[in-house]
Amino acid sequence: AFLSCFILDSVCWEVVGVVKLWNEWCRTTNATNVLPTDSFCLFYQLISDPTVLLCQCSCYVAEDQQFQWLEKVFGCMRKEGLQVTILSTCPVADYKTQESTLTLPSPFLKALKTKEFKEPVCCPLLEQPNIVRDLPAAVLSYCQVWQIPAVLYQCYTDVIKLDTITVEAFKPLLSSRVLKSLVKDVSESTKNLKKLLTTNETHNIYI
Amino acid sequence: LLQPAVSVGNVGQLAIDLVISTLNMTKVGYFYTDCLVPMVGNNPYATAEENSMELSINAEVYSLPSKKLVVLQIRSPFIKNKYRPFCQALLSWVESSKCARVVLLSSSHAYQRDDEQLLGTPLRYLLTPDLEKAVGGLMQELNWKEMEKVAAYPGINDKEKVLHIPGGGITKRLFTESCSKGIQMAVLLKFCSEGDNIPDAFILVNYLNEWLQLIKNEVSDSNNSTDASSQWKIPSSWRLLFGNGLPPALF
Repeated sequence: AFLSCFILDSVCWEVVGVVKLWNEWCRTTNATNVLPTDSFCLFYQLISDPTVLLCQCSCYVAEDQQFQWLEKVFGCMRKEGLQVTILSTCPVADYKTQESTLTLPSPFLKALKTKEFKEPVCCPLLEQPNIVRDLPAAVLSYCQVWQIPAVLYQCYTDVIKLDTITVEAFKPLLSSRVLKSLVKDVSESTKNLKKLLTTNETHNIYI
Repeated sequence: LLQPAVSVGNVGQLAIDLVISTLNMTKVGYFYTDCLVPMVGNNPYATAEENSMELSINAEVYSLPSKKLVVLQIRSPFIKNKYRPFCQALLSWVESSKCARVVLLSSSHAYQRDDEQLLGTPLRYLLTPDLEKAVGGLMQELNWKEMEKVAAYPGINDKEKVLHIPGGGITKRLFTESCSKGIQMAVLLKFCSEGDNIPDAFILVNYLNEWLQLIKNEVSDSNNSTDASSQWKIPSSWRLLFGNGLPPALF
């Protein structure tokens, strides 16, 4: 949602690819007919700079599909000069800390980065004993092993449905080197966010 | 090569954590595979701010040249149908890297023990024929107990005996494949149940130490025992194993 509102638009970006997959978590039963509104992974390319790709993953990639997803997606990309940024959310109840999670000021951002990632991160690093799973973990593992600079921003939130506060928790990223040049007009984005929320009443975006 | 099996109570993995943490082993590589569920986190053996920021993945290799020891740590479960490919990949790596021996730390369901196994030590060992020739005598001296075989058809026919390691994950498969490939492999396992398996990990790692002498057993003055428990260093990632702190409002 954050990327849809603050970065993506139909003027500067175009759809260049799609990953189709099916598992028990997918809401649609029709796996062959892919529409942009279907819950699959869409790849957008920045028209003014084709080296910039954005992937919107709005479905759950199961654990036995993650490796193939990685091989297919990264197999199409040049590794030189590649840098990866991942945005993800997860329930704050999963966050391990000395205090109870009830008193934590959620939502909050935590980051994990690979060895090659040398830029400053926009929030504190995720401390042990916390870990990350699923596709974000698979992507980060791939990047760590193949020495690609990558950073994951994980937002811990206590809300299940889409809400403005959680989306805005990602705002510190707008000042990062990667997103600074891509961000649209912020006031326009906030309006888009409100619109997105009202149209998403029934749509279940995977968090 | 020292490694765990992903088995009941994760005892092997906990024991390996103790080995890596205590011996301050250096990470030398990754075992990148599609057979394990992906996971990442920051350095689980961090001792200070400076070394806490290195990313760790689900299967990593550590080494300690002074003891000619290489350790593989596995941190996540196997993906369905991937047991065999993993064993094949692992054993072909063992062979191609000319590894001298493999020691597998594992565990088995305590509730599956028979009457005799309920008494005495919960620790067992297994050696492939090639390793039996080399160290079989040492096991006798240490007074270790070999894992018993069980009847293939219990109740019907007690003559045919097979190796059965319930809850052991890939243990049996790795062991039998190593036997047929002529690899020197030892399995060290403990009977246990799910729960707080930290004591089990200590017991297993002390068992390993009786043989490999990874750390010195300091004889304690108070009870004259050679128990090396206090010399193992618990890694920082073992915090909060059973959840967060409780909200004060609960009381």
